[in-house]
Amino acid sequence: MTSDTHPALPEFEYVQPQTLNEASEFLSNHANEARPFLGGTDVFVRMRDGFLSPKYLVDVKNLSGMSLLTFDPQSGLTVGAAVNMNRIIASPEVQAHYPLLVKACRSVASYQLRTRATIIGNICNASPAGDVIGACLVLGGILHIHGINGSHEENLSAFFLGPGKTTLEPGDIVTAIHFPLPPQKCSGTYIKLGRNQLSDLSIVGVTAFGYKEPTCASGYRFRLALASVAPLPLMPTEVETHLAEHPISAEAIHEAARLASEACTPIDDVRGSARYRKEMVRNLSEKALTEVWKKLG
Amino acid sequence: MAFHKINVTVNHEPEQMVVPSNMTLMQMLRESLALTGTKNGCSAGECGACTVLLNGEPVNSCMVLAAECDGANIITVEGLARDKQLDPVQDALIQAGGVQCGFCTPGILISSRALLNRNPSPTEEEIREALVGNLCRCTGYVRIIESVKKAADMKPHQT
Repeated sequence: MTSDTHPALPEFEYVQPQTLNEASEFLSNHANEARPFLGGTDVFVRMRDGFLSPKYLVDVKNLSGMSLLTFDPQSGLTVGAAVNMNRIIASPEVQAHYPLLVKACRSVASYQLRTRATIIGNICNASPAGDVIGACLVLGGILHIHGINGSHEENLSAFFLGPGKTTLEPGDIVTAIHFPLPPQKCSGTYIKLGRNQLSDLSIVGVTAFGYKEPTCASGYRFRLALASVAPLPLMPTEVETHLAEHPISAEAIHEAARLASEACTPIDDVRGSARYRKEMVRNLSEKALTEVWKKLG
Repeated sequence: MAFHKINVTVNHEPEQMVVPSNMTLMQMLRESLALTGTKNGCSAGECGACTVLLNGEPVNSCMVLAAECDGANIITVEGLARDKQLDPVQDALIQAGGVQCGFCTPGILISSRALLNRNPSPTEEEIREALVGNLCRCTGYVRIIESVKKAADMKPHQT
């Protein structure tokens, strides 16, 4: 019942392991032909388009602990890999302590897609356009990874190697992401430039986060993350350094936004030209950093 | 390719199905159960025509594997009306004149029902946000949004 414009999924084997160890072992034994999946919102599209043809799809979302969303007032927030984005948006604790994460999740596709979409899936897909990656980076996300040699943790900032490429080894499964408790007085925003207000992929995405930090010369620490303007989700450290060393003013933010624009290396594609993207990184970074600064007071 | 035996409840009736690994929930509903109210628009999770309730939450059924649904409770547009009574979202969509070609209608109805289940009196902005994943090329959305407001004022109905 499908035509060429509505391709069915190609053939594969659906595998449902019972334990994390079993899942890691299977993925490691079938390194080039098996993929883990959560909601499938990226992997199914890429399979239909012929970009991916795994022999095995390994469903890891029902494994122990994957659906936990826990907040501890001392240590912070832990989001299990299978926690869907609507749950994050609806969580009173995430709303209270990590509103930036809520804002980023709300910008993803539609309600019904977010019933399936997960933060960890968005991260592991490693698209430079990933909407929630910026928020996870500026909030200092730490990945919990289960592999054939046990579990380890990894800073999200060191996780991406290229478009679709991460440091994950065969058998590795990201089981959760942990966010430390944000500083007392902090503020963040995500500005997504798409063709429409909701639901589209970003042409440029700018995440800004800031807090008061007495050890910096300026008294503030700012972090900026940029989407869709480099092969990787980008955190230009020049911006952070500039705003840590210079008294915060409209001029300092203007210069930081120029540094952000210089740091990115966008491409021309169907959604926008490289030149347009660089201009918009400058404009939107200035807007986002100013918004965060004003909110911090 | 392997086949999987699953037990599901579809529109309040238990069903036992044997499904291949690559069959989507949408294909199972349309092709195995002949529930063709659920439409195949884009097969990419963008248009919302295939939206159904999976354990009470709306999903794009083209983006869910049938094999994942063992033990699940599924409601399609065919399951909204009960005891020969239309669901308020159906009644209101007819009254508001929100149906033109009808292809998006089943998905619109499911998303509207899901919205009213989680938020019985939504604002216009909340209605627009809830329907952002349901594309309609005919109506211009105005009457669809009116219909959800109308349905919210009707007597509650839980599906």
